[in-house]
Amino acid sequence: MTTRREMLGLAASLALALGGLAQAGAAIAQAPRFITVSSTTSTTDSGLFEHLLPLFKAKTGIEVRVVSQGTGQALDTGRRGDADVVFVHARAQERAFVADGFGVARKPVMYNDFVLIGPKSDPAGIKGGTDILAGLKAVQAKAAPFVSRGDKSGTHAAELNLWQAAGIAIAQAKGPWYREIGQGMGAALNTAGAMGAYVLSDRATWISFKNRGDLAIMVEGDARLFNQYGVILVNPARHPHVKQADGQAFIDWLVSPEGQKAIADYRIEGQQLFFPNAAEPGA
Amino acid sequence: MDVASAFAAAFQLVLGLDPRFLQIVGLSLSVTLTAVVLAALIGLPLGAWLALARFPGRAALIVLINGLMGLPPVVAGLMVFLLLSRSGPLGDWGLLFTPSAMVAAQMLLVLPIIVALTRSTVEELWTEYREHFRSIGLTGLRAVPSLLWDGRFALATGLLAGFGRASAEVGAVLIVGGNIAGYTRTMTTSIALETSKGDLPLALGLGLVLIALTLAINAAAYGASRVGARFAG
Amino acid sequence: MRPPATILPLRVRGLSFAAGGRTLLEDVSFTLPRGGITAIIGPNGAGKSLTLRLCHGLLAPLSGTVEWCGDGGRIGGTSRHAMVFQRPVMLRRSARANLAHAIASVIGRDVAARTQAALERFGLEALADRPARLLSGGEQQRLAIARAWALEPEVLFLDEPSSHLDPGATRQIEQIMTQLAQEGLTMLMTTHDFQQARRLAGRVLFLNKGRLVEDADTARFFGAPATEEARAFIAGELLW
Repeated sequence: MTTRREMLGLAASLALALGGLAQAGAAIAQAPRFITVSSTTSTTDSGLFEHLLPLFKAKTGIEVRVVSQGTGQALDTGRRGDADVVFVHARAQERAFVADGFGVARKPVMYNDFVLIGPKSDPAGIKGGTDILAGLKAVQAKAAPFVSRGDKSGTHAAELNLWQAAGIAIAQAKGPWYREIGQGMGAALNTAGAMGAYVLSDRATWISFKNRGDLAIMVEGDARLFNQYGVILVNPARHPHVKQADGQAFIDWLVSPEGQKAIADYRIEGQQLFFPNAAEPGA
Repeated sequence: MDVASAFAAAFQLVLGLDPRFLQIVGLSLSVTLTAVVLAALIGLPLGAWLALARFPGRAALIVLINGLMGLPPVVAGLMVFLLLSRSGPLGDWGLLFTPSAMVAAQMLLVLPIIVALTRSTVEELWTEYREHFRSIGLTGLRAVPSLLWDGRFALATGLLAGFGRASAEVGAVLIVGGNIAGYTRTMTTSIALETSKGDLPLALGLGLVLIALTLAINAAAYGASRVGARFAG
Repeated sequence: MRPPATILPLRVRGLSFAAGGRTLLEDVSFTLPRGGITAIIGPNGAGKSLTLRLCHGLLAPLSGTVEWCGDGGRIGGTSRHAMVFQRPVMLRRSARANLAHAIASVIGRDVAARTQAALERFGLEALADRPARLLSGGEQQRLAIARAWALEPEVLFLDEPSSHLDPGATRQIEQIMTQLAQEGLTMLMTTHDFQQARRLAGRVLFLNKGRLVEDADTARFFGAPATEEARAFIAGELLW
């Protein structure tokens, strides 16, 4: 037996609880037509999706929910079936993803390029260079601080390829000067800024990055710094819940003239960040 | 970056009433409130039961729950993630990267705090009240509502601690929510995102708003508990 | 079959209790008829409080029986004996809510009216909405007695009801008990203060070292104790 006051108190908490449940329920119930896209930190951190998604939604009514991770993690998310579409930048990994049956087909969408960022004091003496391999060799020779993403992202993969191309076995060559932080592009830039280190970044994230401090572009314009983005529908044969039609609609829109123009239109401070090339064979 | 621009950013956020910002604040509050309320619904009775029941392994269970109060949020997030992933046991529910998943992760963080605090509060009250309650025939679980009610101010503090832990947390909600703009982006994941975008004034501005909200909630609760303490003696 | 209208007399037979390997109460027998105040007296550790707790059912005896005329001291499922503890147990609520809580728990109906009646009967109206735990010791004990009274008991157990009170508050509690006795309430109390027993009780149960040594009229007990132990206790020679 309890008194009326206890009953009132308990009833009040119950009402609160039901209110909370209703709210959670509403969050679920209101779920409109949507797809989940796992993408990279560069596309989100650069603000590209904030520009693209409202346009796509206005046209189709489909909401796109973007989970941004490193490319490796984003592909894993697709492999587990936790996304309908993956939108990443690491061609070899993307092709393997499709070849292993996790994705239906890969379509090229756009590119930007990587730039080697470094402190203005430039301890490796490479500022203004256009040869990325020479730049990296100088960094290693001087043991100048270098921040690596170390997160299996597309940028990380590109960086490892460049070390290899420069003839440096980074796994053996790395010393205290080579710092793997296991985080996204923005975090890597913040870290490089704080340590006065070199870092490889995609140009889009660099242009939209606001905490540049003492950092500047050291090497750019090398053809080997080309950074291709591709989009893949997660294989519905593998994960039956994948929203095939809506996911495909997003992919088709990205590579359509309208989507390509929207990508080209995205600028920060007058600079174009991504260059559409869906029509380019072999991209 | 200077502190002044962080405050400017904070004021701009609050005064500008940017709908995206309000949506983020609203989501953060409703996710955390829901998690705390659900955890209380489970944790209060469970803690009270643990205070009154005597069974083999009780001491071990209490130690376990006290230990879980220190569960790293990222681990809680990972557990919920593995459960809710399409490849996990509850994948068919399709809850990963939704606010519900964030509620689940935060519940996991808050529940041990509420259970442990309820257990110690109720046990202390029970020691004091036991003979009187037995005298008026309130034994076993029938005593629980009265004990919870008399512990209401201590328990409210516990709920508040839970609220604080859940609302300040970023690792778990990032893993299970995915920080999707307009859908699962909370105050803390926004702060992480703006930091990674290098927009430190905006990140700190968001942080200031979060601190202000937490302070306001705590002040209200402190005021209420002062009034209550004066009343309950 | 109609339920019995009373739970009295209480028959206690061969009551024993032990804890931690020590015998605390041994073969205590007495009968409590209707009416009056009976005081259990004796030095510290004699087993006074223990006897009350066993009678009230808070503890189970090692051997022996506590027999009410009726189902465990209940009539119609409602307990008809209540207890006031040495240190009043005050819930973290107002005085009024303390009364209401007990009434709702035991009787379960007309809670507000019964609460109001108890407040008025014991002159607690002015304190009704004060937090019970902030009342003075005397006020708390008065509230505890009101709370027990409100449960409409036939028998009230009181464990050292004034041992922690100042003389003024003690006098007030004794007046209340005398009035309740005049109204026909049966009371079994413990006290280590044999002067209090002399003032209040018509009958004395003298316990020493867990045994019932004397069971006598108060006047006879203090006038002509039958045992050497009782004589020594009255003379103040037994350590409390």
